Amino acid sequence: MEIYALLGFVLILSIYLGLELISKVPSTLHTPLMSGANAISGIALVGALVLSTDTNLQGSIAFLAVLFASINVFGGYLVTNRMLKMFKKK
Amino acid sequence: MDIFNDITAIQNITYIVASILFISGIKMLGKEDTAVKGNFLSALAMFIAVSVTLVDIVNPMVLIGGIAVGAVIGSTIALKVKMTSIPEMVALFNGFGGLATFLIAWSEFNSVPDNLFQHVLVMTTLYIGGVTFTGSLIAYAKLAEKIKIAKTSLITKFFTTIFYISLVFLSYSIFVTPLIDTSFDFFNVLLILTLLGGIGFVLPIGGGDMPVVISLLNSFSGIAAAFAGLLLLNNVLIVAGSLVGASGLILTVIMAKAMNRSINNILFVGYASSSSKSSSSEEQGEVSPISVSDAYLILESASSVLIIPGYGMAVAQAQHVVRELGELLEENGTEVKYGIHPVAGRMPGHMNVLLAEANVPYDVLAEPDDINPIMDSVDVAVVIGANDVVNPSATEEPGSPIYGMPIIEVHNAKTVFVLKRSMSAGFAGVQNPLFFKQNTRMLFGDAKESIGGLVSEFKD
Repeated sequence: MEIYALLGFVLILSIYLGLELISKVPSTLHTPLMSGANAISGIALVGALVLSTDTNLQGSIAFLAVLFASINVFGGYLVTNRMLKMFKKK
Repeated sequence: MDIFNDITAIQNITYIVASILFISGIKMLGKEDTAVKGNFLSALAMFIAVSVTLVDIVNPMVLIGGIAVGAVIGSTIALKVKMTSIPEMVALFNGFGGLATFLIAWSEFNSVPDNLFQHVLVMTTLYIGGVTFTGSLIAYAKLAEKIKIAKTSLITKFFTTIFYISLVFLSYSIFVTPLIDTSFDFFNVLLILTLLGGIGFVLPIGGGDMPVVISLLNSFSGIAAAFAGLLLLNNVLIVAGSLVGASGLILTVIMAKAMNRSINNILFVGYASSSSKSSSSEEQGEVSPISVSDAYLILESASSVLIIPGYGMAVAQAQHVVRELGELLEENGTEVKYGIHPVAGRMPGHMNVLLAEANVPYDVLAEPDDINPIMDSVDVAVVIGANDVVNPSATEEPGSPIYGMPIIEVHNAKTVFVLKRSMSAGFAGVQNPLFFKQNTRMLFGDAKESIGGLVSEFKD
């Protein structure tokens, strides 16, 4: 149970850190931030990889998760980059 | 030092490095000058985290193959999509992220030992991931205009009911089933209810409220990943997921504030039930239409012009002609600025992306707070397909459903041009007194054609 207390602490601190870091984002960056954050949520890929070593049904389900998380990761980063490249100063 | 021979220890240290890169990355993503680098850093962090995970897997080729397939699909969509379709594409990718965590929780369900806390985590992760998945798909379908279902229709009511049932059933699955030994296959029921519930969560929410919903679903996908991290005792999932959850939450709050509505009101009430027809329909007066050539004459002699784009500009795909008009005005010695309302369009920052695509530099885009104090020095405010965000009822009529919403106060400009297809009301269903003001001229027709007409007048 101790490990959960520790990781729960990490969770709370990270959320707080995120709120502090991004609190004043200019509206120009709203979409890229959302899309970039979306790509980060593809970190589920790491969890899916760990689980997909199982050879039974559970492993197959996790393999599907690998597939979808990868789409999320690659698509998210690329489209964010594409968008950010369009933003120009005068 | 034994620690360096232990693969798990190395993994955990590398995960910490990746977490730091994610944190720096998302921080830099919030500033214009560093955003590109920030996105790169976070991609690097992802690469490191995934690589070090694969190191420990005995036969990684199949998994690498899976990643490669996902990479091809994701990259193809990302590079081919038109910039005008960005909102629905963000929704779609978000849905895939949610689906991944949903599947992780599903996969974990059978292998988890009987521990109440883990049981709660599995159920919660499954639920948030599943609702994010189907909710994002519905958001995608709505944004891509593949489905049009009225809020009051029977289908919407059916799914909304399922959504509430799924919430009740989730609580049941969390608190009741681990305590009583039951042969009832609650887990499969929860799987199905979760997916249907996600549909019911987003289906009743109208197009104009999409910026809030997308931000919220974005936040959910992060929170689901963080919970999956708790479940798998994986620190990088927790940190990265929490950052996404926080950034989505910030955007949600910004959007809700820009509409002066509570998140609860947006998600569960909507405009329809908040006093819709109370405001004046009798003393509206006459509108004054204007022709393209007359509009040209006024614009030509103006020394400052403010352009206010809205969803109508996106629909008409008029951003390129708008930029052309802006450039011609500047050549003519006119100061041109763009007034961008945070909720204009269908996602946070929608107008900024469209204008960036058309090569409008971002430093001529102004937010309401910057532009409202100097509005009376603006000669012509050109409203292109925006409605509720320039509706003076928000400041003048306490009875109006949108009263209190921060708007771009174009009615204080010397002259206002409103480009509009017809006299229909905006998303909020509220009549706009701006159209009947003394200083307002209506330029009816397709925005792209009208502006194209102005552009050719300038060129002649």
